[in-house]
Amino acid sequence: MATPTAAPSDHIEETEGDITYIRTDKDLPPVAIIDRSPITTRHKIIFGIIALLGAIAWAIIAFFRGETVNAVWFVIAAICTYVIGFRFYARLIEMKIVRPRDDTATPAELFENATDYMPTDRRVLYGHHFAAIAGAGPLVGPVLAMQMGYLPGTIWIIIGAVFAGCVQDYLVLSISVRRRGRSLGQMARDELGAIGGAAAIIGVLVIMVILLAVLALVVVGALAESPWGVFSIAMTIPIAIFMGIYLRFLRPGRVSEVSLIGVVLLLLAVISGGWVAETSWGADWFTLSKVALSWCIIIYGFCASVLPVWLLLAPRDYLSTFMKVGTIALLAIGILLARPIMDAPAISQFATKGNGPVFAGSLFPFLFITIACGALSGFHSLISSGTTPKLLEKESQMRLIGYGGMLTESFVAIMALITAAILNQHLYFVMNAPAAQTGSTAQTAAEYANGLGLSGSPITPAEVTQAATDVGEKSIVSRTGGAPTLAFGMSEVLHQVFGGTSLKAFWYHFAIMFEALFILTTVDAGTRVARFMLSDGLGNLGGPLKKLQNPSWRVGAWICSVIVVAAWGGILLMGVTDPLGGINTLFPLFGIANQLLAAIALTVVTVVVIKRGLLKWAWIPAIPLFWDLTVTLTASWQKIFSADPKLGYWKQHSICQAAKEAGKTCLTAKTPADVDKIVRNTFIQGTLSIVFASLVVIVFAAGVMVALRAIRGGGKPLTEDEPVPSRIFAPSGLIPTQAEREVQKQWDALPKSHAKSVGTGAH
Amino acid sequence: MGRAAEIARQIGWYWGTLMGDNHYRRYIEHRRRTHPGESILSEREYWRMRHDATESNPNPRCC
Repeated sequence: MATPTAAPSDHIEETEGDITYIRTDKDLPPVAIIDRSPITTRHKIIFGIIALLGAIAWAIIAFFRGETVNAVWFVIAAICTYVIGFRFYARLIEMKIVRPRDDTATPAELFENATDYMPTDRRVLYGHHFAAIAGAGPLVGPVLAMQMGYLPGTIWIIIGAVFAGCVQDYLVLSISVRRRGRSLGQMARDELGAIGGAAAIIGVLVIMVILLAVLALVVVGALAESPWGVFSIAMTIPIAIFMGIYLRFLRPGRVSEVSLIGVVLLLLAVISGGWVAETSWGADWFTLSKVALSWCIIIYGFCASVLPVWLLLAPRDYLSTFMKVGTIALLAIGILLARPIMDAPAISQFATKGNGPVFAGSLFPFLFITIACGALSGFHSLISSGTTPKLLEKESQMRLIGYGGMLTESFVAIMALITAAILNQHLYFVMNAPAAQTGSTAQTAAEYANGLGLSGSPITPAEVTQAATDVGEKSIVSRTGGAPTLAFGMSEVLHQVFGGTSLKAFWYHFAIMFEALFILTTVDAGTRVARFMLSDGLGNLGGPLKKLQNPSWRVGAWICSVIVVAAWGGILLMGVTDPLGGINTLFPLFGIANQLLAAIALTVVTVVVIKRGLLKWAWIPAIPLFWDLTVTLTASWQKIFSADPKLGYWKQHSICQAAKEAGKTCLTAKTPADVDKIVRNTFIQGTLSIVFASLVVIVFAAGVMVALRAIRGGGKPLTEDEPVPSRIFAPSGLIPTQAEREVQKQWDALPKSHAKSVGTGAH
Repeated sequence: MGRAAEIARQIGWYWGTLMGDNHYRRYIEHRRRTHPGESILSEREYWRMRHDATESNPNPRCC
């Protein structure tokens, strides 16, 4: 990519009071505003009230007992904390570390091509960024974490986002913007050297594979033995293909129009799924076992990654964006109108004992591993570097997009937590404990849940069956994976506000469809991305493999797709046939993988901050880094070395290995074939744990060495690009300030031919 | 009435930009500004080009 040569430019600063206007061309209005105005009294009062309200909400959540805490307090505590975090902590990070320069052109302005580089209005980019980072993760994690009660989860989702997740997203975005939107892997190589970089790139790829496998496992858990769900999800494929053909041949560019048609068809698919599931042929065709369903998803994933983008991937993405924004807004409205009451305890018995059925291990470290995406998600660093920087108009908008985008995701996680916490707790464990413990029938599951010693009145088998009938399912026992529980909670909330009891089944399947839709979108986009990473990585080895880097070599693309799909498909099949339960053993691996990716991202960020000479402020990324490393390495350590057969992969492995040799059964295995499976699965899971942890330790060690060299004053220089003066203007925050409005007016008054951002709003 | 129409227009603009309806218009403006007088792709060709670009450089979607 050639660097555009900038016309010789001026640098003119004019200061009026507390505000400095910077021009890069004497004939153009200012391109940057530096506002040093102190906080006004009015703002002080407003933020004071918000802080007070937040504190009251937190006090009610934390100290009020008696199972009558209203969900609205969670929403208030979250929003107030976000506002304070965004206004003060994010602003501190902006002033001390990011130091945005609006007189410098962003990659989007420099390389503008109206395709992938395009200065985009900040509010639109915020929507894009949010749609790219939010998915099933923040919805599923908090649901599973509910086994420990609502309080630990709430604290970590909100505080973790403010001090860790948002900081990571914001800082990764800021360093990528100064490097022409380079990806995390490339930045790791540039800043940490060859070994650290290679470990980071391999780590990203392996972690990606685990992510795809576990997300697919969540879908399988939600759809198995559910003809209604399978039908409506299967219909999304022809709907997407229809949309693709419509956009390609009938009306190119009418994206909203076709998405609206797609959403209507999707709703029809959900409604007609109920009718189809009632018929004998529908039940026959669409009742699929977990294994059959896994094969369907594997074949789908492969096809989606080699078919043309316009046919399946792009239209699915439109549909998924539409549904994501729409449904999350709907859920927020639903919670505010229905104002449900918490049924879960603040802290459950499983938090300390560490013997919970949903996932093994005690609160520290496994709660933080399980919540993952809602508080700190390593995968966001892949979007904050790469995609979003190429669309950013102004550096000062990064706070809104990077930090603000993650706050919104955290809010989604809080809503997911609420939907799980309002459910009857007996029902929660009936749905989420593995089949080996619930015994799979309403009778045994009710007995199992009543034996857990939960508070509240015991559940009867008839109530379990009734709950299933209400949502149009035969059974809800051991519907693990989090998605069915979330869908159940969503139907509880939404039917109270929209439509009454008769629509409960519709809302349940709507929610299942909505989760499966964006998990499958992640699966096909993720398979494609991982395929490119693989071919790029293999191509770097040189020799005949070099040919793989040519994206138009179809055979190479097919081979790499097969490898990627085989990798996650293998883990998926391993998970669905796992005698130990599948999701409860694999989800921690997913969480660890995600958090370890965050450790890689935070290492890169911290090194860059130290290299820039900002050692004094390095604690801002270093605190989340050390916390994250402590959590993930402790979890990895326990998963690898724990002598507790509920927890340690290798302990399970050795027990079953011994049982196999003695010809006996072990743990939850009932047949010799089960014993063999456990021996094999625990070996793979244990090996993956070791690989993840080692890769991250290598990256971190490389980071420490580079940082120490930088502190001593040696080492390689930063790889930041030379700044090029900007020639466009755009406001920084969501709402433009008075000064920004005035400058915008000057730009709008220019004749149309002048250089200005075409992506900027309708003024 | 004027104000309601203005708000509706803003929402329409936001949604259109988010989903991509006006990306082609932006492309035309961009070409006119940076390469005046040169040929401009038709809307059909533009979207083909966009999708081909995604083909070799897919956007990751997160969990």
